[in-house]
Amino acid sequence: MPVENSNQKLNPTIIQIENFSFFYGKNQALFDIDLSIPEKEVTALIGPSGCGKSTLLRSINRMNDLVDESNHRGRILIQDQDIHDTQLEVISLRKRVGMVFQKSNPFPKSIYENVVFGLRIAGKTNKNDLDEVVERSLKASALWDEVKDRLKDSALGLSGGQMQRLCIARAIANQPEVLLMDEPCSALDPVATAKIESLIHELKKNYTIVIVTHNMQQASRVSDRTAFLYMGKLIEYDETETLFTNPKQQQTEDYITGRFG
Amino acid sequence: MRLKKQKNSQASGEPMVWMTAMGLSMGVLMILGLLALIFYKGLEVFWPKHVAEIHLKSEDGNGERLLGEIILQRDRSSHKSSNENDEGSPLRETQIFMGNKEVLGQAFRFVEQDKIKKTSYPESVIKLERREYGNAMGFPQAIYQADQELIPLKKTELFEKTLHQLVKTYNARWEEIRHIEKDQIGKINYEMEELELEKKQLEEQNTAAKNAQAKNRLQELESSQKTLQEKYQKLADQAKKLREAQQGAQLEILLANGQSHKIEVSQILEYYYPNQLSTWGRVGMFFHKIWLFLSQEPREANTEGGVFPAFFGTLVMTLLMTIVVVPFGVMAAIYLKEYAKQGPLVRTVRIAVNNLAGVPSIVFGVFGMGFFVYMVGGTIDQLFFSNKLPTPTFGTGGLLWASLTLALMTVPVVIVATEEALGAVSQNIREGALGCGASKWQMIQKIILPASAPGILTGAILAMARGAGEVAPLMLVGVVKLAPTLPINSTFPYIHLDQKFMHLGFHIYDLGFQSPDSEAAKPIVFATTLLLILLVLVLNLGAIILRERLRKKYASGKF
Repeated sequence: MPVENSNQKLNPTIIQIENFSFFYGKNQALFDIDLSIPEKEVTALIGPSGCGKSTLLRSINRMNDLVDESNHRGRILIQDQDIHDTQLEVISLRKRVGMVFQKSNPFPKSIYENVVFGLRIAGKTNKNDLDEVVERSLKASALWDEVKDRLKDSALGLSGGQMQRLCIARAIANQPEVLLMDEPCSALDPVATAKIESLIHELKKNYTIVIVTHNMQQASRVSDRTAFLYMGKLIEYDETETLFTNPKQQQTEDYITGRFG
Repeated sequence: MRLKKQKNSQASGEPMVWMTAMGLSMGVLMILGLLALIFYKGLEVFWPKHVAEIHLKSEDGNGERLLGEIILQRDRSSHKSSNENDEGSPLRETQIFMGNKEVLGQAFRFVEQDKIKKTSYPESVIKLERREYGNAMGFPQAIYQADQELIPLKKTELFEKTLHQLVKTYNARWEEIRHIEKDQIGKINYEMEELELEKKQLEEQNTAAKNAQAKNRLQELESSQKTLQEKYQKLADQAKKLREAQQGAQLEILLANGQSHKIEVSQILEYYYPNQLSTWGRVGMFFHKIWLFLSQEPREANTEGGVFPAFFGTLVMTLLMTIVVVPFGVMAAIYLKEYAKQGPLVRTVRIAVNNLAGVPSIVFGVFGMGFFVYMVGGTIDQLFFSNKLPTPTFGTGGLLWASLTLALMTVPVVIVATEEALGAVSQNIREGALGCGASKWQMIQKIILPASAPGILTGAILAMARGAGEVAPLMLVGVVKLAPTLPINSTFPYIHLDQKFMHLGFHIYDLGFQSPDSEAAKPIVFATTLLLILLVLVLNLGAIILRERLRKKYASGKF
């Protein structure tokens, strides 16, 4: 698969996907994907429904392991470490690779407990540390000012957009290297979406972000690089500006101009 | 196309709506009717009734007189064919409770309505609650005391004061006797038994080489036995003296048939004048009687007195069962739902569990007796209590085995409810937890279990409701008609899991069907039924309140 890798940016690669295929039982969902995702940039995965972009995203933190009878071929390296290495615990992988889901999924606990969940299960109990993490994470996810007076309230009382930002705070409380976002705005209204998008801009300074989106405007707004997938194959991967203004593949052009998908 | 006018209402389903509504209302009505009956009959028992004096008709105008509470009035015309007089007039009869069983021979009597000449409610009637032979009713005459002048009723104030004082002192003395005989002597008996066991052990061990140490110990044991024996003798003498002091004072009452009857004051538990009570006095008496019913031990083959031991036994057993069944069921459900690979095997297991809920409870009783009592209990006895054999300790029915048997019976309920609650936690939340780096167990422990706690509690409520009302299996694994001590008491080790206990459900069965005087037991049967229902209700309410608080804690309609 010809992949244009214009190395104008200096940022080194953090995620290296090599010849990666994925199967749900006998169904092959991904075909020999090769992709290198640079550090501290936003990479968008776009493509029509069922093209495998979510599968690819969920492969990066091995969320697909939960599906029965799934298997893979090829490698995914994070910081040159194979994530399927039997020596590596999947739990430690998921601490390094945080995830934000399509539908916000706060736990039925207080706002505070939601944020410190990752730390609690890692066995951290020092109250001061936890307080600090809560404040830092909620500030980073631009939620602090809205909830600082009701941290002990149930997270389920928040609005949809707030819940999604809480999930982002929960993901970054673990201090991950990579943040995966699976259509984080698809269930939100435009105002909440705008907030999340500007948050993504902020987060990029500290985290590598991989985002799946259906919305091409969103991809062009938030991402530095974009990968277009179709029928489980990587069609084109380039800087967002290049891909949207000057696509090299016909299929890409058809998709972004709205001729199909 | 022309729209056809609807011809029959069948198509719109209207009759079906009515039918389903009728089904529901029938069910609700039946339940409400049952509850109303039990509440009415159960509470009526405690209401102090008026005592009527009934003059019967007779030819010479000198008819019989009866004194008693009117229990029931009923129409007997349907029984007419078996009766000789077949006049057209409806035949009604009245049942009266006359008490004074030992004199009159029967405490209850039916009187035909048209034979009653006059009914009056004389003020001076006294009702006595006694330790034996049930209640007595009559007109008080005088108090006899040994070596003292008799006090006639005419000296009203003195009579009242003396009677009050006498009943009080005699009851206090009873308490003292009870304390000595049951608590103190009971304790000595327990210690004696322990000594005896140790002695037996020593003798068995060292038949061949009786070393000096064992001999010394034996001597020690014997001497402490002797001191205990002396202590016992002292207490027994004391009790005997007290018992003797209980003789002497008597209350004379005049029965309705003109017979005079002397009653030992020591027999009187309580007395009151039922026809003199004001409405408030009656209400006070009502609550006083309820309190006695709840707090006292049963007397006279359970037909009199209270039900406290049965109440307590039911409570302890139900709680013990819940403590066992909830963790057990939850663990099984977690494995079945979260860990087991879903397939034909798991499906079979699930069907088997569901069917287990439908197995008749007596089958569980038989299993509990065979497995818990004989196998497990027998083995425990052989391993740990061999010195007490052949008297079984755990190898006989008891609180522990009864609780475990019921736990086994109700575990399917908890498993099914828990599985449902676990399944209701969305995949989304699960992924969120895993995405934060939680292991599967951490996800279950920190997220899924709290979120499904309300559902699990629903299962616990259902299990408790079923367990508390169960009688049949308990008869095989540890419930008795009369237990001498409570399963939790002040003797070491305080909680006696091996002890037999009393149970409200069995109490109802025993009173209603095994009692020598079923007529006398009837009121207590209703009152006990009411208490059992209320107990189940209160236990359930407790669990429901807990569930609501949990729901509020994880407040949201999402769960």
